[in-house]
Amino acid sequence: MSKEPNILDPLEIAETWCGGGRNVALATVIETWGSAPRRVGSHLVIDDEGNFQGSVSGGCVEGAVIAEAMEIIESGIPKILEFGVADETAWRVGLSCGGRIRVYVERIDG
Amino acid sequence: MERTTLKAINAARAARRAAVVVTDLSDGASQVFLEGTSFPQEWDSLIVDALRSGRAGIAAVEGRSLFINVHLPPPRIVAIGAVHISQALAELAAVAGFDMTIIDPRTAFATAERFSAVELLAEWPEDVLPSRPLDRYTALAALTHDPKIDDYPIRTALEAGCFYVGALGSRKTHAARVERLGQAGVPQDAIGRIKAPIGLDIGAASPSEIAVAVLAEIIEAMRRRDPTGQVGGAR
Repeated sequence: MSKEPNILDPLEIAETWCGGGRNVALATVIETWGSAPRRVGSHLVIDDEGNFQGSVSGGCVEGAVIAEAMEIIESGIPKILEFGVADETAWRVGLSCGGRIRVYVERIDG
Repeated sequence: MERTTLKAINAARAARRAAVVVTDLSDGASQVFLEGTSFPQEWDSLIVDALRSGRAGIAAVEGRSLFINVHLPPPRIVAIGAVHISQALAELAAVAGFDMTIIDPRTAFATAERFSAVELLAEWPEDVLPSRPLDRYTALAALTHDPKIDDYPIRTALEAGCFYVGALGSRKTHAARVERLGQAGVPQDAIGRIKAPIGLDIGAASPSEIAVAVLAEIIEAMRRRDPTGQVGGAR
């Protein structure tokens, strides 16, 4: 009932990082097909130094998402990323579970 | 996403209120809607569906692609009575992913030694619950079979729409309880929601087995709840 905030919670981390003056992006799983390890609605938060918390795939595509997030923090333009076994990029980053996911990445403004 | 939106989501989660976030994927504009408030007409059914199912997803509305995310409070168990069944239930609840709180004013029962891993409040439910209200995402298990301790939290749980209200006691004990609650003005349909005898009927005999039966019944209530029902919580 009166639990301390969970420091591993990506949305709480996002608020804390914003409050500390850091530039932050939020990645959200918006669609999955096949065996995707993280459910739709899962979050990954990234700052402009590449620190991150949470997950969108259980480790398979986080690296690629973080790299894109750094650019989105710069540009402010949200983007939808897609990863899957049919996709060459995804193969390279290794979504070995055989699923396909779409991830929405946006900057936290204000 | 605006920082104010992020703050609103986190505030709702901290207050254990269900929240739905609608993001327009074409331009990134997002809005937060809280359970119990009114929603824009064109999105009403989408938001209500998300609150009921707890499922996030993409929806096309008037040619726009919307992402609907939903944050439901995590379910928890409040047990009245620091009894032997509660000791077993505390361990099982953690395994099944529930937060648990135990309330019992009898300090001989409510000792930290007997309950190391869960929140334990050695106070009267009447004193605790007003400042820490039960809600639709809470299961209440009344385990003292002492009316002085159990009756108030049972009534409060029914009023709060807890998704599960169970009470320990024999059929005779429960018949007396039904009588008392009726006289206290609790509606019959609410009284009918009390699970008594508590726990699924698996022939449980020991306190640990009864705890298994209670936890299984709580999980059943959560997973098989009627998503269209107005009472019964945790939609």
